Amino acid sequence: MAPGMDFTHRHILDMHQFAREDIDHILNTADSFKEISSRPIKKVPTLRGHTIINLFFEPSTRTRLSFEVAAKRMSADTFNISASTSSATKGETLIDTARNISAMHPDIIVLRHSSSGAPHLLSRHVNAAVINAGDGAHEHPSQGLLDLMTVKEHRGSLAGLKIAIIGDITHSRVARSNIEGFTTMGSEVFVYGPSTLIPHGIDNLGATVCTSLEQAVRDADVVMTLRIQRERQNDPLLPSLREYARYFGITSEVLSLARPDALIMHPGPVNRGVELTPDVADGARSVILDQVTNGVAVRMALLYLVMGNA
Amino acid sequence: MNNSWRITNGRIIDPSTSTDRIGELLIIDGIIAAPDQAPPPGTPVIDAAGCWVVPGLTDMHVHLREPGEEYKEDILSGARAAAAGGFTGVACMPNTRPVNDCETVTTTILARAAGASVRVYPVGAVSKGGEGKQLAEFAALKTAGAVAVSDDGRPVHDAQLMRRALEYARDFGLIVISHSEEAALSRGVMHEGAMSTRLGLKGIPAAAESVMVYRELALAEWVGARVHIAHVSTEMSVDLIRRAKDRGVRVTAETAPHYFTLTDEALVDYDTNMKMNPPLRSAADREAIRRALADGTLDAIASDHAPHSILEKETVFDAAANGIIGLETVLPLTLAMVRAGLFDAKRLVELLAVYPAAILGLPAGTLQAGVAADVTIIDPDAEYVYSVDRVVSKSRNSPFLDWRLQGRAAWSMVGGEVRHRAGQG
Ligand SMILES: [Zn+2]
Repeated sequence: MAPGMDFTHRHILDMHQFAREDIDHILNTADSFKEISSRPIKKVPTLRGHTIINLFFEPSTRTRLSFEVAAKRMSADTFNISASTSSATKGETLIDTARNISAMHPDIIVLRHSSSGAPHLLSRHVNAAVINAGDGAHEHPSQGLLDLMTVKEHRGSLAGLKIAIIGDITHSRVARSNIEGFTTMGSEVFVYGPSTLIPHGIDNLGATVCTSLEQAVRDADVVMTLRIQRERQNDPLLPSLREYARYFGITSEVLSLARPDALIMHPGPVNRGVELTPDVADGARSVILDQVTNGVAVRMALLYLVMGNA
Repeated sequence: MNNSWRITNGRIIDPSTSTDRIGELLIIDGIIAAPDQAPPPGTPVIDAAGCWVVPGLTDMHVHLREPGEEYKEDILSGARAAAAGGFTGVACMPNTRPVNDCETVTTTILARAAGASVRVYPVGAVSKGGEGKQLAEFAALKTAGAVAVSDDGRPVHDAQLMRRALEYARDFGLIVISHSEEAALSRGVMHEGAMSTRLGLKGIPAAAESVMVYRELALAEWVGARVHIAHVSTEMSVDLIRRAKDRGVRVTAETAPHYFTLTDEALVDYDTNMKMNPPLRSAADREAIRRALADGTLDAIASDHAPHSILEKETVFDAAANGIIGLETVLPLTLAMVRAGLFDAKRLVELLAVYPAAILGLPAGTLQAGVAADVTIIDPDAEYVYSVDRVVSKSRNSPFLDWRLQGRAAWSMVGGEVRHRAGQG
């Protein structure tokens, strides 16, 4: 297969850009790459001579490491640039940094930024392909894709599944990427959380807003929980994490409403005892570690596919 | 410069004298002549066939950035943009550096404006430094030439200060212009709704505007003072203003063309030229604004011309400055509403010329014999693309760049002197 055959996307900015065929193509490609990670010598020459820059304006060990491992397994040259941002200069820094990096002629820039839309801006100022590794509260498409891959591995198909997403939908880029991704693939997505954390118009993305935890979890194939913060920038979202845990946390009792083989997912890091009780987080239904393994395969696929369109 | 003209064959629309006829408008020595007056021999003729001849337009809400931010715009460049857009007068907001909160700044602005293409009417600050704590010296501001007071851009948070401002401004015949915004609700960067949710941008609910509109209406009713609500953007605000007018509250209100032209859908690519405050709202809000222009709930259209350089705009959406330029696009975008059948040409003249002047108490907005000949000749049909090389303002931050527009100012005259002629800069 030639790199990126049938793949028409120059940049990976969000899940919104993908049709079902695109996602099938990415997941099939990721599947074929997954095997590489189980070889004794975990390296193929596919992207030899290509330069990939991981440009992270927000601290992230896990995502950055996952992209770095993916690039190295494809024999690409990778460079990590971590930049801190103050709110006053964050935009200027991005454009300035982008211009400097462009002079080094990278093939791909993987960007993590605290402002929604930063990858869109970057893609207008550089020649490289841009992959969004998380922008503000907007999207985290590689996370969405690895979640799709993980569920598909366990269920065989994504069509007709019930996906429950519980917690802070408002501030979660993972929630948006998953709602877009799962609904595109024919799953039904149900969201639930305190009203302070459910954004207006989330139903326009295809999610159904539930009025109780039971409604969200009952007969679910997947229960995904999102990380909770009590307060953000003087915005009083919750009285306490204790109260959240009691009324919105997933216990084994709540989980018994879901299908017996329901999967538990969390984009991490988990607040044990808040979003999930410890027995649920570490229980047999938890696929949290599969998510990490599939993350590398999905990111290998994305790097490979966008290079075919360079 | 010549200031006598025979403007022939145009459609003269002057609501102040209930005029709407094809005919000749005579200007002698910069003054509108009586209809029965004979033109002096040799008076030059402008053939205005196919055009509307109307009282010079007034933009009651612009930011000229001088003093302090002349790299974005200055009084002369802003006035040139105004003339190009068909305006003969503009009211400039006080949030300059320094803030126009005293007679010295007002006097400086007027001195600079002496050579400007259009009449410049400074708006003074409500509070010293625009800080929302102490009242500015309204009487001194008025004496120096201020036509209204406003803390636009930095809304008055303290309700007691607003109440006192309304009371004290009334003593000097000044109107308070309210930028109505509850700061605690407006920490976002775009309208809060399905689009902000999709884009992951922090929202500003419609209520952030409307709760403050209600506060101003309640205070104005209580103290019996006039209040003007700037850049109305929501359906709820329109409803509140309509009901207040029914109750006899002395309220007037304006909106801007972007609120009756665009919606929050325009932000889909995170284009920072779509970022302003108040933000672009929902389709339902846009519809309500259009209806309110037609039914008289809204009295005026103003550009809220807010120039910014690429330093403020070529950045991530969160960090980009609020505001867009608008002086050059008000007229074609309002004409689009006339073509859509929302209101007629007379109403357009009321919204752009008659009421802005009346609200500010200016001797403009009329073609009555004996007044200074501030006249705009509108070519309602001219089609063109508003490309970046056409922009007259010093800044380029327009959401309408590369739009195909219809209608423009063919001539703008101030006191009978030509300050703009289409196709000639
Ligand atoms: Zn304002």
